[in-house]
Formats: sequence, structure tokens, C-alpha cells
Amino acid sequence: MSTEILMPALSPTMTEGNLSKWLIKKGDTVKAGDLIAEIETDKATMEVEAVDEGVVLDLLFKEGEVNIPVNKAIAIIGDPNEKVEVKKEVSIEKVIEEKKIEKNIETKIENKKADIIDTPSPKIEEDRDLSSEEITMRQALRDTMAEEMRKDNKVFILGEEVAEYQGAYKVTQGLLQEFGKERVLDTPISEHGFTGLAVGAAFKGLRPILEFMTFNFSMQAIDQIINSAAKTLYMSGGQINCPIVFRGPNGAAAQVAAQHSQDFSSWYSQVPGLKVIAPSTPYNAKGLLRSAISDPNPVIFLENEILYGLKGPVNNDINFSIPIGKANIEKEGKDLTIVTYSIMLQKSKEAALRLKEEYNLDTEIIDLQTLRPLDTETILNSVKKTNRLITVEESWPFGSVGSEIANIVQRDAFDYLDSPVIKVNSADVPMPYALSLEKLYLPQVDDIINAAKKVSYIK
Amino acid sequence: MKKLQKADYIKMYSFMLKIRRFEERAAQLYGMGKIGGFCHLYIGQEAVVVGILMTIDKNDSVVTTYRDHGHMIARGLDPKRIMAELTGREDGYSAGKGGSMHMFSKENNFYGGHGIVGAQVPIGTGIAFTHKYNGEKNICRTYIGDGAMNNGQVFEAFNLAALWKLPVLYIIENNKYGMGTSVDRAAAGLDLYKRGEAFGIPGEKVDGMNVFSVIEAADKAGKYVREGNGPYIIEVQTYRYRGHSMSDPAKYRTKEELDNYKQTDPIEIVKAEILKKKIATNDEIEKINKDTLEEIKNAAEFATNSPFPKNSELYTDVYL
Repeated sequence: MSTEILMPALSPTMTEGNLSKWLIKKGDTVKAGDLIAEIETDKATMEVEAVDEGVVLDLLFKEGEVNIPVNKAIAIIGDPNEKVEVKKEVSIEKVIEEKKIEKNIETKIENKKADIIDTPSPKIEEDRDLSSEEITMRQALRDTMAEEMRKDNKVFILGEEVAEYQGAYKVTQGLLQEFGKERVLDTPISEHGFTGLAVGAAFKGLRPILEFMTFNFSMQAIDQIINSAAKTLYMSGGQINCPIVFRGPNGAAAQVAAQHSQDFSSWYSQVPGLKVIAPSTPYNAKGLLRSAISDPNPVIFLENEILYGLKGPVNNDINFSIPIGKANIEKEGKDLTIVTYSIMLQKSKEAALRLKEEYNLDTEIIDLQTLRPLDTETILNSVKKTNRLITVEESWPFGSVGSEIANIVQRDAFDYLDSPVIKVNSADVPMPYALSLEKLYLPQVDDIINAAKKVSYIK
Repeated sequence: MKKLQKADYIKMYSFMLKIRRFEERAAQLYGMGKIGGFCHLYIGQEAVVVGILMTIDKNDSVVTTYRDHGHMIARGLDPKRIMAELTGREDGYSAGKGGSMHMFSKENNFYGGHGIVGAQVPIGTGIAFTHKYNGEKNICRTYIGDGAMNNGQVFEAFNLAALWKLPVLYIIENNKYGMGTSVDRAAAGLDLYKRGEAFGIPGEKVDGMNVFSVIEAADKAGKYVREGNGPYIIEVQTYRYRGHSMSDPAKYRTKEELDNYKQTDPIEIVKAEILKKKIATNDEIEKINKDTLEEIKNAAEFATNSPFPKNSELYTDVYL
């Protein structure tokens, strides 16, 4: 009986892989555990082992082929004396079962793709220096750090696996090679210690970029972020500032469950002394990270793991920046306003398309970009125009950024509102592991559409 | 080690006395309601910071705990402005926004004054990192209370300092109590200076009531660190005469224990040495005493007459 070797999912967020190298050829006999191929994932190049045994009957992709979907057959092994059309022998139940699994996986991939479908906003397209080439968010972040490190020797980066490993999510790729180990420092898994160290270095005049492998681990260091970094300028009567960027992925990745999927946007946005940024595209990631690195204050820079692969045009001017505290009107509209940030921008845009098609609603989308200081002016002006507001974010509902926006809008634009503000958040529970529950937990396009219908009094 | 000059003895005595008089006056102002919040006095521990001061370069950095008034005086900062911070006035070092526990002087490389037990240790390690990064020959002196020696981030900092060979001198001021809990009730293993051993950080225990012992140890340790050998720990055995803070009656210890330490009062030791070596006469010492008392009295007057911060200051210094 022959067996298909499938493109494996080698990371939680991997949806496709590149076949870097075959380590077997047609006719080879492979045993379980033998290395068969090198696959490049969204994070690294990894070797893949065989789990089944037999003779290689066929290699279905050539070396160098890219973007092969996860779970697609890449090779067939089996008994050379047997015919390949073994599939017919498979029982009907098994076929149904396999189809189901396949469908699940397809849905999973589709969901993720839907998350990162993006077209540049009109505002971006107006940029005369827009690059013709599209780059990923990951690359935009990397390039900006490198550009700033070239400009200012005081900028350095530290964190777990940022140097030799090239970044757990490849965001710091190549920085060690260009800037050396004095400026690109691998730390032990010791957030409390190295965060305090970086804060001390910033007090003394350096400009650290501290990468949390994910913001979940910033909880280990939160005392140093809040009590030391955010408060010392005030406590010292303006003498000691802390020019530091805390950056890394925030929020849900894919099926990494409660301790590794949490959105900290409202936690950090609550703290005076911190600035909080949440980019949504390669374009604004570049402009905002530059502003963050140049800022004399501590900045929390909340990236999103699923967005790392998002491609888009950028402005390649090494001095291009987007001011902190300014929201972007991603799409103009007249019927209702969606205020959102980070990955939920993508879902909001998808919802806006459907709202137009299905209900003829013209949605205005505001991408906050910065959460603290909040651009209340842009939000209020929009609400005064559309008279309806929903907020869409991945964080838990209690005391979220949306809660504060709802408060500001009812206080300052009460007379303009034609319906109550509705917040779309994740479920008020820890993040579950199961794919099905994870989907329920996260705000989906349908949730946004339902909220939009509700504020528009559409049944 | 450089031989101590006559002027050095006078300097030590003056600084230690100034710290003591300052703290006594602070206690009085606290009692009068002029100083609020938490207020941690340094009385009894003067030899530690003054001993270290004798070996310090003005471009070296310092970071310490919330028991910081004496540290600021030893750094040569103005008692008037320190006291004004304690009274929460606009002339205070933090313009009245920091208070007793959070005082800084960037121009004097004094990086606080930290209110969270242990937090200053990674911070001091980061300041040392900066000295090294910038290619400076300076070191950072990072003070640690005995209570913080059971705090996880301290060991994370030790590891990083040893791993990256950072120029940081850790000074554990072991005053025997972390608030009301004696060291032997808090620490498994009483030799706190050995707690860097696992990281290869050398450590040494020193009599902190005797300023001369402190100077000797600090000088040796300072040289080791300055020469690029990485961190060093000195544990200074000292004692605070007062409670943990103003509101602590210190009932967890006996009067005998306190009296016993007072027999080896750090200021008396220096005074005796000065008289023995005939560096100054009794009259000259009396004059220092009088002048010091006067200076601190003036500081208290200044601190109680300085205006409260303007209301508009509430919203300044949040961001630069």
C-alpha cells in the first residue's frame, strides 16, 4: 500500500511551505526517521523526517517550489510492486473521514488567509514614495530597526533568540550579521532581569529595542515596565526619561491556547507614561516603529504574529515616519464608523465589503494605529458624521480600549449618536485550544456584521 | 590602596554626622506631619555609604533602594533639596513628585531611590551595561537590602552581569531585618555574599559598622570591577537603629540587641580614630558638630518654607 507524504505544518501559523531541498530521490528506500526534505516555513528552514516506510515512488514537487499548502501531498512512498491506485481500496468511511479532515484544514487555512487579505488604503496609495515592491510586515519591522541602528549607535536590540537564531519569528533576521553581538544581544529566558537591565540602560541614555518573544512573557517583567520605565520621568521631576521600545507579537496566534494567546492592548494603554502602538500593515508598521524608536519615552509596540506574513507596499524613505497618536481613516464612509486596530482591521475591512454588498451600508473604518495617546478627535469627527459606532478589537471586553472609546463618545458626542455604541471583543474567557472554540472566542466577520446591523437597526 | 589623608578622616566624619543629623531631623519633621508617606531612616548604617563614597569616581553611577537619604548626602547632594523632597515641595530633587523613596539626580549619576524591593538591581546592572557599551571606564554601584536577596530578579541580574561581564559592584547592606523579618527567618543560607558563587561572582563579607573596613573592601572590589573582570559582591554587615520605616516600632528585636550595636557606633569609631591620630582636637570636632547641626536645621527650614508644587505640575513630566 502506498502512502502520501504531506506538506507538514511546522509552526502554529504555517499555512504553506517552500520545498528547499529533497534529501531523497525516486527509488530510494526510506525508513521511519530518515530525513526526506528541507522545508522552509514562515519561521525557519527545517528538516522533515519520514514517519512511514517504503520505496519512494514519486516526488510531486521540484526543489525550489514555493507556497505549497500544508497537507498537500509532496511525495508518495510504498511498495514498488504494488499499483499506485490504492485509493480505491480505501473504505467509504475512511474517505469521508479524510475529506472531513481536509475540509477542516482548508477552513483553517482559509480563515487565516481571510485574516490577512489586504488592499492598501486610499491614504497609503496617495503616498508618492510608495514602493512598487510589496514586502511583509516582518521585513518592514526588520528594515526599520536596521535603518535606525545605522543612524544611531545608541540603538541596540536585546531579547530571546534575537541574534543567532535570527528571531523566533524572523523579525530580527540578519541584524546580528550587520551590527555584531555588541548591539544584537541574545538574552537568557529571564524577562524580569533583562527588562530591568534594558530599562537601566535607557535611563543611562541608550535606546534599547527589547523584543519579547511574545507579549505573554512581558508579564514576567511587568513591574519593570510599569513601575520603573513608565513612572521614573515623573518620579524624578522630569530628570530621567526612558527611551525604550518593548516590541513583539501580541494577541492570539493559532491554537497556542490560553497562556500564549492574550491581547494586552488595554492593559498597557491604561498606564500614564507609556505610549502604546498597534500597527496593522507593513506600511504603518514601518512608519510607526521609526517613531517609536525615536521617541524619548517608553513605547509598547504590539505586533501580531498572524500579520507578520502580510504583504504590502511601504515607504522606503529612511526618514519616513507616522506620528504617534494619529489614527488613520482606512476607508471613508457615511453610514457607520468602525474603530479598530491591529489584526482586526483586516476583519473589519472584510465586514465593510459585505455590509456594502448585502445591506448597502457605507462604513467608515478608523485604524487607531496608536492606542495611547488615543486620537479622540478623529473618532469624534467620524461619529459626528456617521452617528453610529462599533469598536472591534481582539482583547477581552472588560475595560478594553473600546470601553474607553465608548465612554469618550457618549461624553463628547452624545447628541450625535443615533444608537448605542457596540463593542466587538473576544469572549470573556481564557483562550481555548480547540480550533472550533478558538474561532468562537475570536471576533469574526459575522460578529462585526451583526454589530453593524444592530447599530443601524437592521433586523 | 591610597593612604587616607587627614582631610579624608574629616570628610568621613562630616558626612556620617551629616547623614545622622539629617535623619534625626527628618524623624522630627515626620512627627510634626511635615513629611508624609513612607520614610526609611539610615541611622546606624552611615559607615556603609560613606565608606563606599571614599572610593568613588564622580562619573561612576549609583543606584539604591528606598532607604536613600544618606546615599544622596554621601553623593554630595544638597541636604536642603533632599529635605524639600521629603516635605514634598517644589525645590525637592524630584520637584515634590517622588518623595522620600524616589529621588534622583541625573547630573550626579544618582539613579534613585527605588521603591520596589529588588527592582534597582537589574536597573543598576543595565546602567553598568551602558558604561561598558559606551566604552567608559566607570562602574555602577548597585545597593541591595538583605530583604531583596530573596527576590528572583536579583539572581537574573547576577546571571546577566556575569554572563556579559558588566562593570557592576553589588553592595548588600545587610541590616539584619527585611522590614520585621530577620534575615535568618527569610534566607536559607545566611552568607548572602556567597549568592553569586553559582554565577562565578566573587563575594566578600565586611564589617559595616567600621568605615575603614568598608573602604578597604570597596577599594579592592571597585578595582576588580573597573578592570573589566565583571561583577563583584560585598555584603556589608550593618544595623539600623530605627525601625524599618517611621511607623515601625521595631518590636521584633530586643533593646539589648540595639544597645549592643550602639557600642560599635560607626560615627564614634571614626571620631575616636581622629582623636587618636590627633587629626583634629575635641574643639575642632565640636565645631563640625555645631556646623552640621546648623546646616541641617537650615535644610529643614528651607524644606518647610519651599512652596508646594504648582497644581499645573500634576500633568507635567508624564512624557518627555
